[in-house]
Amino acid sequence: MTGFGTMQPVLSLEEVSKSFGAVRALEDASLELYRGEAHALVGENGAGKSTLVKVLAGVYRPDEGRLLVEGREEVFATPASARDAGIAVIYQEPTLFPDLSVAENVFMGRQPLRSGRRVDKAAMRRRVEDVLGPLGVKLDPDRVARGLSIADQQIVEIAKALTLDARVIVMDEPTAALSAYEVERLFGVVETLRNRGAAVLFISHRLEEVFGICQRVTVMRDGRRVLSQPLAGLSSDDLVRAMVGRELEGRSSHQGAEGGKTVLSVERLTREGVFTDISFEVRSGEIVALAGLVGAGRSEVVRAVFGIDRYDAGRVLVAGKALRKGSPSIAMAAGVGLVPEDRRLQGLVMELSIASNVGLASLGRLARFRLLRRAVEQRFAGEWSARLRLKYGRLSDPVSTLSGGNQQKVVLAKWLSREPRLLIVDEPTRGIDIATKAEVHRLLVELARSGVAVLVVSSETPEVLRVADRVLVMREGRLVAELGHEEATEHAIVAAATGQREVAA
Amino acid sequence: MSPAPSATGPVQGRGPQPVEGHGAGNPGQPSSTLTWSSRRLLDAILRVREVGIVAVLVVFVAVATSVQPRFIDPQNIKFVFSNAIIYALLALGETVVVLSRNVDLSVGSVLGLSAYLSSDLFSQVHHIPIVAVFLAGLAIGLACGAVNGAVVAVARVPSLVVTLATLYIYRAIDVLIVGGGMVVASTLPGAFLSIPTSSLGPIPYLAIAVAGTVAVGAYVLASFRPGRELYAIGSNPDAARLAGIPMGKRIFWSFVVSGGIAGLAGVLWAATYGTIDSTAGLNYELTVVAAVVVGGVNIFGGSGTVVGAALGALLLATINQALYVLGISSFWDPAIDGALIVLAISLDHWITLRLTRALRKGAVQHAT
Repeated sequence: MTGFGTMQPVLSLEEVSKSFGAVRALEDASLELYRGEAHALVGENGAGKSTLVKVLAGVYRPDEGRLLVEGREEVFATPASARDAGIAVIYQEPTLFPDLSVAENVFMGRQPLRSGRRVDKAAMRRRVEDVLGPLGVKLDPDRVARGLSIADQQIVEIAKALTLDARVIVMDEPTAALSAYEVERLFGVVETLRNRGAAVLFISHRLEEVFGICQRVTVMRDGRRVLSQPLAGLSSDDLVRAMVGRELEGRSSHQGAEGGKTVLSVERLTREGVFTDISFEVRSGEIVALAGLVGAGRSEVVRAVFGIDRYDAGRVLVAGKALRKGSPSIAMAAGVGLVPEDRRLQGLVMELSIASNVGLASLGRLARFRLLRRAVEQRFAGEWSARLRLKYGRLSDPVSTLSGGNQQKVVLAKWLSREPRLLIVDEPTRGIDIATKAEVHRLLVELARSGVAVLVVSSETPEVLRVADRVLVMREGRLVAELGHEEATEHAIVAAATGQREVAA
Repeated sequence: MSPAPSATGPVQGRGPQPVEGHGAGNPGQPSSTLTWSSRRLLDAILRVREVGIVAVLVVFVAVATSVQPRFIDPQNIKFVFSNAIIYALLALGETVVVLSRNVDLSVGSVLGLSAYLSSDLFSQVHHIPIVAVFLAGLAIGLACGAVNGAVVAVARVPSLVVTLATLYIYRAIDVLIVGGGMVVASTLPGAFLSIPTSSLGPIPYLAIAVAGTVAVGAYVLASFRPGRELYAIGSNPDAARLAGIPMGKRIFWSFVVSGGIAGLAGVLWAATYGTIDSTAGLNYELTVVAAVVVGGVNIFGGSGTVVGAALGALLLATINQALYVLGISSFWDPAIDGALIVLAISLDHWITLRLTRALRKGAVQHAT
């Protein structure tokens, strides 16, 4: 795999930056793709891989930097212009037209025509068959896309790329939802694409796959490229080190109350196709983190524990009593609180006032004769706002006027005011500035000290290390590791989450 | 480079999990067996949708006839057709709009406006050719549709709101122009009035013409890019945008088509009923949407055919007439239409649920 240096890249990004508000998702990121290579793009969650893909796909326009196709600078105004430049993107969750046939999905917007500008259905079918045949895929071009497995949906997207004669094919975590057989098939496809001279950008968390099919690798961290070189001579340990890279942030010294009573115990919880055989316990006074990659099934597990989603097998016990499944109100009555992942959608009523949001989970206590007393609500909210050091104008302001961090405090106040036995927090500090992040962490630790059992789902390894007494790592719907306070290092968590077990923890 | 073994061990061992199941995939059982059978199942259901309406229609006619043999008198059949014609035509235009996940509630008002203005031309302009009157009706409809389409496509206001507003606005304009007056049959030329009544046996020529128009519409939607793109927009708007479909343009023109058809239907309405005041076409939009939904067009776009919608209109007209012939109060009419809508939508939902479940189960079996 030498000699790339003398060739002209088919596609390159030069020092591209992209910010969303105050968050810099990409910072002077660069990438070169050459004909006939499969190039791996790896990095931790939030390293900027998805943003980079969306820049390539024409979904985002970079704030700074240049994008060159065959050495010529291009500006992609729309996804269609990226497609016309020969760049095809296969997303983890393909976007198909469920009501239309496979062939129509492949050719939508650019159907072959025959006399009278009529769509040439026979040609469409033939060309899809021509493309799928060599891949060894038997997929009827006439069937509708609804009900296709993710693997087959990806095949449809690949067929799209092939009929386009795409020069660059970006695959964003294509194997995340595939069975081993389907992964094999996909690898065959990548090989075929390479032999045709296309460049494949392959994004995956599974390092063994990266080594299996790619020739070169680019590692990203914090929106930047930290490494870009041939894979030959690199070990997976090298990659993990490059992905983690940063100095470890300070971690809390508090040790969990070892002797605390078991508050939550989850026994062999299974939801078909989502998570399998999940068992763990959370004791009072300790913070347990559920770590893993995005899509590993962590949020799904806590949603099932809280009763939002159903599960197929297993039990959830709170303080020794089994919870009926599928009922959040029963979970709440048992003393469980859930701070959801997306506070804007699931945690808050954005148009309502701060006071109303704080009181929302405690309406029973704030009402007399089933009528809500505003004055009591105000007092109640004022108390909790002070305890959480909420920064606000007036309690009657809509919660949407607060910053992200303060909104998160409102959600926390809502649940803390119920004095829960068990608090589940899903991604507690996503999109929150560093100062407020530290405060949220402090709050969680204080809460645990006061005897509450805390279960934190977090994709940010430093956060997990800072707050957790114990770390459970999930991968592909299963619990793959349980790490005590001492064993839990960034390296160990990333290795377990990506399936690199041979890497010494 | 072979995909399987690598420096860090084989891939298969820690096999990734498919979303709809778990366990390692079975290489000996490719997914094609599943796709074939599921496709056949779906095809059958899609076909059943139109066959189903015809079946209901046949049953209804049979029952009505056994109770009251007069029901299949040529005169009665002719009446059913002349009722169904206007609804079927409107349903054709409505389907074009609904396919792209929009709705046009203004069709009844457009019809009313066109019916009065076009038929009034006969007394305003002496010896005006009938074709010119049709063209005038068409132009009125196109203009109304263009306004709807422009606001929906350019200002991006939901079509439900836009066409609810124009439903009232167009009707208000109609009332303003007509005032307390009306066009009466005596001012209309005989040739004009005989358009709906001339027939081949019990089947009016107009019914044949409308059937032809529906067939052309079905062909255009099935075989031309703009037609396919309407389906695509309704099926998944995000994917449509990614595919580079000019969504605004397509949606704009779908409203123009719907408006134009409502304009033409207005002229036919005038010829059929002869007396036109400001209530012409009142509440028609509800029956039209009902016909479209009963005809198997997904109210959220993406699937359905104009043939189904036209059959839906025919079914509703048949039921109306059957109630009349059987001496049941027409009071029951809206209730029965409503029941049919609920039935059609529930059926749709049920089929989709069953199908999704069946396919998912199949996927699990395939994976394990």
